[in-house]
Amino acid sequence: MDITILQGLWFFLIAVLIAVYFMLDGFDLGIGVLYPILGMNEQEKAVLRRSVGPVWDGNEVWLLTAGGALFAAFPLAYATTFSGFYLAVMLVLFGLIVRAVSLEYRSHDNSWRGLWDWCFCIGSLLPALLFGVAIGCIYEGIPMTANGDYSGVPLLGLITPFTLLCGVMGLVLCLTQGLAWECAKAPLGSDLYKRCTKLRPIFQIVSLVVFIVLTIVALTVVQPQMHDALGWVRIVLAVLVGLLLLVSLFAGAQKKDTLCVVVQCAAIFMFIMLFATSMFPNLVVASPDSVGGTITAMNAASSELTLTWMTGITCVGLPLVLLYHVLIYRAFRGRVDVNDLNY
Amino acid sequence: MDFLSDPVFLARMQFAFTAMYHFLLVPISIGLGLIVAIYETRAYRSGKEEDAAASRFWIKIFTATFALGVATGITMEFSFGTNWADYSRFVGDIFGAPLAAEALLAFFLESTFLGVLLFGRNHVSKRFYLISAWLVFFGSALSALWIIIANSWMQTPGGAELSASGTQAVLTNFFAAAFNPSTLTRYSHVICAVLIMGAFGTMAVAAWYMHKKDHEKFALRAMKIGSVVATISCAAMLVTAHSSAVVVSEEQPTKFAMMEGMYESEVPPLYAFGWVDEESQEVLAPFAIPGGTSFLANGTWDTEYDGLNALSNTEQYGAIDPEDAPVNLVFQSYHLMVAMFGLMALTLLLALIFTFKGGSIKRMKWLQWIIIISPLFAVLAIQSGWATAEFGRQPWVVYPSVTGPEGVSLLTADGVSLAVSGPELIITLTLFALVYLVLFIAWARIVSRFIKQGPVEPVADKVAGAQTSFMAEPAKPEKAEGAAGSDDATSSKEGE
Repeated sequence: MDITILQGLWFFLIAVLIAVYFMLDGFDLGIGVLYPILGMNEQEKAVLRRSVGPVWDGNEVWLLTAGGALFAAFPLAYATTFSGFYLAVMLVLFGLIVRAVSLEYRSHDNSWRGLWDWCFCIGSLLPALLFGVAIGCIYEGIPMTANGDYSGVPLLGLITPFTLLCGVMGLVLCLTQGLAWECAKAPLGSDLYKRCTKLRPIFQIVSLVVFIVLTIVALTVVQPQMHDALGWVRIVLAVLVGLLLLVSLFAGAQKKDTLCVVVQCAAIFMFIMLFATSMFPNLVVASPDSVGGTITAMNAASSELTLTWMTGITCVGLPLVLLYHVLIYRAFRGRVDVNDLNY
Repeated sequence: MDFLSDPVFLARMQFAFTAMYHFLLVPISIGLGLIVAIYETRAYRSGKEEDAAASRFWIKIFTATFALGVATGITMEFSFGTNWADYSRFVGDIFGAPLAAEALLAFFLESTFLGVLLFGRNHVSKRFYLISAWLVFFGSALSALWIIIANSWMQTPGGAELSASGTQAVLTNFFAAAFNPSTLTRYSHVICAVLIMGAFGTMAVAAWYMHKKDHEKFALRAMKIGSVVATISCAAMLVTAHSSAVVVSEEQPTKFAMMEGMYESEVPPLYAFGWVDEESQEVLAPFAIPGGTSFLANGTWDTEYDGLNALSNTEQYGAIDPEDAPVNLVFQSYHLMVAMFGLMALTLLLALIFTFKGGSIKRMKWLQWIIIISPLFAVLAIQSGWATAEFGRQPWVVYPSVTGPEGVSLLTADGVSLAVSGPELIITLTLFALVYLVLFIAWARIVSRFIKQGPVEPVADKVAGAQTSFMAEPAKPEKAEGAAGSDDATSSKEGE
């Protein structure tokens, strides 16, 4: 079965949606995980929350869009992954729910603030860690029935050294992203700012190291059937990710905080593209002991008619979405003003 | 307890619980969205501080509800894949697109401008702020459209055919699928319902302040605005409710039969209330208007409709077992919905008379109390309405409607995720119950706190760094001018 243009397009479009999600929600997930460490007093905590306050919800919609697009374009892959990773998806879900509510309620409910602080932290940690694990699973391969249902041990069966490494990669990238964002948002010269600039290079170096280890493991130990034509693209992307991570390290060292965020966003984007080209055209790889075969962009795709309509809807919707992002990031540009913390 | 190890039962329980909970919040937030937009428009036009304070008050209640609605909405979007994998495989070609479109076209709109509403007063122009309020409302109504398109397709499929392999419904005509026979009637029905919810919520808050003799000017105005919105939406509701019922009678014969407790084919009478004895297959009701339901469904008093027993002998509806069908449940929820609408209409009539006739409602304690509890009528009507719609189409998840494409139907029991076991479902059900309970208490605490605070005008000048009670460590006012705004223009263009 040859892949059609629309199937290929939607494979990479979903990769783009995931990449943008990871890039944008990465910073508010990262800030959430580091919240207990970075926020030493009430005001610093308020600054941390405010630095993601107006944008986190929109960031999260990228995930919902990616999920919806996967359902619409490759329903078989959506059904297999969401039901197969059931407990993990539920943990992510509960994390996203409690952090969403905590961000909105924290400043209005003083007596429950301890609970909300924990909800923000744990609720951010679960998605930041588990998305990477899930991505590792579909890359390494899972056992499936002929119907395409996951047939391994629930939750624990998904955890292997490789998937854990992927989870750590995701987490570390989120933390780095969170620190970079906070360096660009915290009031200049504040204790919070100094703390973030101190931690940022450490996590940048850790990301680079984990990335190199992961790439070596992925290429040597876990070797799925890869698309030949994309071999050189992968190498270019891998080098690019490494270079971008280095550039962001230097940008941070020179206190170019905004540039650092931008470069890191680019690194994360390229990293997901590297993953996508390594997977292409597979969506969920079947492990050697699997009864059901690998789920690909060809055998899991919706009809060409549906994909055509989806492409049309995207052509209308995506420019609008980009416009909204320009509007909101412009309206809330610059550092957080401690005198503006009430609303 | 067999049902505890039955994944189909557990998956249905989980969906019912999470969906009904979600839809407790959605109508309040969409309905209040309109109220917010109306108040913000008033404030923009008059420029008065009291109007701005009133608008801020509604925005606070609105956003607290909206946040929980959004958070519990993620569950719904995930649930098709997590709990209904075989359903997703069957309908993915059609059902996924509206969900993706909802996220792309509606969620981004809502979330972006909600951010402006929450934090933007000092960051954007007054006009931009006003437009944001309307866009949030518009976005939430648009998101409801997409989800109702998806749900209506499950009730009355259109624009599809069964694939050659027989394992999937395949799209043949996008418009026929999106605007299937029940989409528009059901969407307008839902929109009327959510606006009624918001309006009664507004009136209840107003009645509460009247009862407390607090914020009296605000209360009378809110009562007026709420009752006007309620009047318009209740009047429109009569039309949309009627047309929704007509579509059910034409397209979903087993649901129609369950709504009126019809086991045997008959000319359906109109019951105000009653009890379906499922053993004897009879409706026990003190009175009934003969042929009344027939008249409502098609304008004649003597049209015979098929009962469940006759339908279960047809090829199309053979899967239904009249002995096992939740007939009384559907009958009761349908009649409860209608009864609650009656109560709301009565409440509204009284509210209108005594609000606009010199405002004598301010002294009428009994009427205030009725209005204070009236949001419950709306909640019950909405929940029982959904129960009618969703229990009424059992045992199918994709209903074989009368004009639907041949073969495009799926039994609920065939839609679950085979990869998810009973114990896993029990774990998640328990977690949902716990987490959702805590969140509900949190929501109630915050909303009641906002109501207690009331629509107050800020005491001190904002620029002076006025810190209200919830900020434990006040910022230093001296820093106000220097730190504000322009200190770091270079680091200002993050993101897109």
